[in-house]
Amino acid sequence: MKRLLTGNEAIARGAWEAGTSFAAAYPGTPSTEILETLSTYDKSNIIAEWAPNEKVSLESALGASMAGLRSFVSMKCVGVNACADPFMCMSYTGCNAGMVIVVADEPGQQSSGQTAQDNRTFFKFARYPFFEPSDSQEAKDMVKEAYKVSEMADTPVVVRITTRVCHSKTIVELEDRQEAEPREYVKNPAKYVPVPAHSPMLLEKCMGKIDGLAEYSMATQFNREEMHDTKIGIICSGVSYYYAKEVFGENASYLKLGFVHPLPIEKMKSFAARVDKVYVIEETDPIIEDAARLAGIACHGKDLLPNRGELLPDILREKLLGIPAPAANIDRGKVLPRPPMLCSGCPHRGLFYALSKFKDIMISSDIGCYTLTTGEPYHTGDAGICMGSSISVGHGFQKAMNKKNGSTRVVSVLGDSTFLHSGIASLIDVAYNNSNTVNIILDNRITAMTGHQENPGTGFTAQGDAAVEVDIAAMCKAIGIRHVEVIDPNDLSAVTNALKAAFDRKDESSVIITRWPCVLKKFSDQDKREFPNMFKDKYKVKSETCVGCRACLNVGCPAIAFNRAEKKALIGNSCMGCTVCAQVCPKKAIVKE
Amino acid sequence: MTKSILLVGVGGQGTITASKLLTIGLLESGYDVKMNEIHGMSQRGGSVSADVRYSEAGKVAAPVISRGEADILVSFEEMETLRWTDYVKPDGAIVVSTERIDSMPVMTGRLDYPDNVLAELQNAVKTLIVIDGPAEAAKIGNSKVTNVILLGAIIRHMKLENTDWHKIIRENVKPAFIDLNLQALELGKTLMKG
Repeated sequence: MKRLLTGNEAIARGAWEAGTSFAAAYPGTPSTEILETLSTYDKSNIIAEWAPNEKVSLESALGASMAGLRSFVSMKCVGVNACADPFMCMSYTGCNAGMVIVVADEPGQQSSGQTAQDNRTFFKFARYPFFEPSDSQEAKDMVKEAYKVSEMADTPVVVRITTRVCHSKTIVELEDRQEAEPREYVKNPAKYVPVPAHSPMLLEKCMGKIDGLAEYSMATQFNREEMHDTKIGIICSGVSYYYAKEVFGENASYLKLGFVHPLPIEKMKSFAARVDKVYVIEETDPIIEDAARLAGIACHGKDLLPNRGELLPDILREKLLGIPAPAANIDRGKVLPRPPMLCSGCPHRGLFYALSKFKDIMISSDIGCYTLTTGEPYHTGDAGICMGSSISVGHGFQKAMNKKNGSTRVVSVLGDSTFLHSGIASLIDVAYNNSNTVNIILDNRITAMTGHQENPGTGFTAQGDAAVEVDIAAMCKAIGIRHVEVIDPNDLSAVTNALKAAFDRKDESSVIITRWPCVLKKFSDQDKREFPNMFKDKYKVKSETCVGCRACLNVGCPAIAFNRAEKKALIGNSCMGCTVCAQVCPKKAIVKE
Repeated sequence: MTKSILLVGVGGQGTITASKLLTIGLLESGYDVKMNEIHGMSQRGGSVSADVRYSEAGKVAAPVISRGEADILVSFEEMETLRWTDYVKPDGAIVVSTERIDSMPVMTGRLDYPDNVLAELQNAVKTLIVIDGPAEAAKIGNSKVTNVILLGAIIRHMKLENTDWHKIIRENVKPAFIDLNLQALELGKTLMKG
């Protein structure tokens, strides 16, 4: 049966068809929908779990493989950094049943942005074989093939995708699930405990695995030639193959590489010998190109093409054919920025609006929807490095500021899921090293930014079962934070008072937990009991009372607009009744409908 | 020959939903189809786009539309149309719904929403079709079906009426909204006649 699937859906389908029994991931754009899709398959076939972070997901996948079932883990590009420790080690140990690691890179930094790292460099460094699919059909096929390679070579195998493969829908032929025969678990510390007594031998074996796959790389159908006109020969991988095909069509020949490490060097040489000129087209780092040059293949690549961003057809046309992209005859000054904004009803709005009114504070932010408040109208974010960094960056800043007798106080902000991901250790640092930062955990009862995934604080698993729920307030107290307060972030005076009280404690740290559900989440029965009045009312502007002062526009709500002709604010249908604008209006012109 | 349809709008307008219905219909009619969307922040009021490419004979290569390649640009919001005008073919068409949504710099008063967008578009493209999406949607009593009205317009313009779109809507829309969406589709087709 043919279906249109995104690359992410196809990856999940491939893992399922390959008989995978255990999958784990932490949500992250552009990879999130992979585990989401896996969580919809029959629970009797597959265990699909949200892990608190990427390190945990990778480690649990190895455990499942050791026990003898095919396992799977997927992550976004910077997820590799979060799990670098076990990642480096597992190529040494290898696995038992097949294990596949899917990593979704983002060369265009479209939605996540933190870094544009080409993780292929990391996979080489960490000594992993890897595949690079170009579309959804290949994504599915290569995941299945990766399990075979994993079991053949005794190593986890990586499938590396990019945003365009993840989020493009292309046609896929579906097949049935083939159960994989469970493997026996054999206790073998010499394989799984890389202490000095074992590790040199494991390294030897690990390097041998990559060398041993050279022959496979030459033979596999995923490294294939497509001969047309031989004046130009293009060596490419991933979605770049389709970009090249779009531009050159049959006016060039292709060596399409799907299995990129180790490379089929002899195949590359033989292809290069049959064409007049070789272009290596790959996004970001010159992995294939460097290897080609080392092998003595004369080629063009990064001398002509950019080493950042996507190599879209427009770029290839311009850089390789000298054809610039057409530009329409319009006044570009009329195209204004449209940055994403907090949703109508977002529980972050009240908190960040109130926070924006405090002076002489440094706001150490983190990764989540609230990172959007770094921009207008709030400007509430001085830093936001990576998952869980807010509390520790804030801690170091505060310690240094105190040492130089500065007056600036630090407010560290992060979401519930980010706190559970890697903020906990940072808060332990704050308590242990006697910091005096103010730490705000924005508990909106879900992992919101990636599209509403359950987490250890929400009471549900990825597959929808009831789960033990982390008590974040109790956890903060157990860590040693003496002042922990839970507040409703929509209540501006409650927010302001909690912040003032926290700032008044000159020598002690505090935690403020804002507890209110994300407006877009699917509400659980528990949510409905805990927040019976949420999002029930709508508000309107009493036109006769409104003086057009625009104070309400500075809460940054998409439901509020301004009628310039009449100089009046108005509230649209998307109002969710958070009341923040009503609290801000100096004339009390905003009232319940 | 690959055809390219570019749908653009603001998060929450149903741009992605319309492009999904279009893509499913094209698949069921036997075309090779590729669709690309940039989302992630799409529910948060940012700029949203979806590329739909299809081919009757032969395969579609790139899943993304290049500048100067779209047969039709369908825009759910006035200013967003300008952001994507470069992607329209010299002899291509723009269908624009006259909805205006202020972006954050406009809301805060730092910038003004641009004037004369439609005149600007008129100069830039061979065929400009202006639809008052919200007003048309109001005729059938629901402001949320502008996206399917525009889908109807695409189907007429791209001569895709051989596909059973009613079946596609029946199979992919929540039961309570099927009739409304069928009405919206038909309304959208009639808007392309003139």
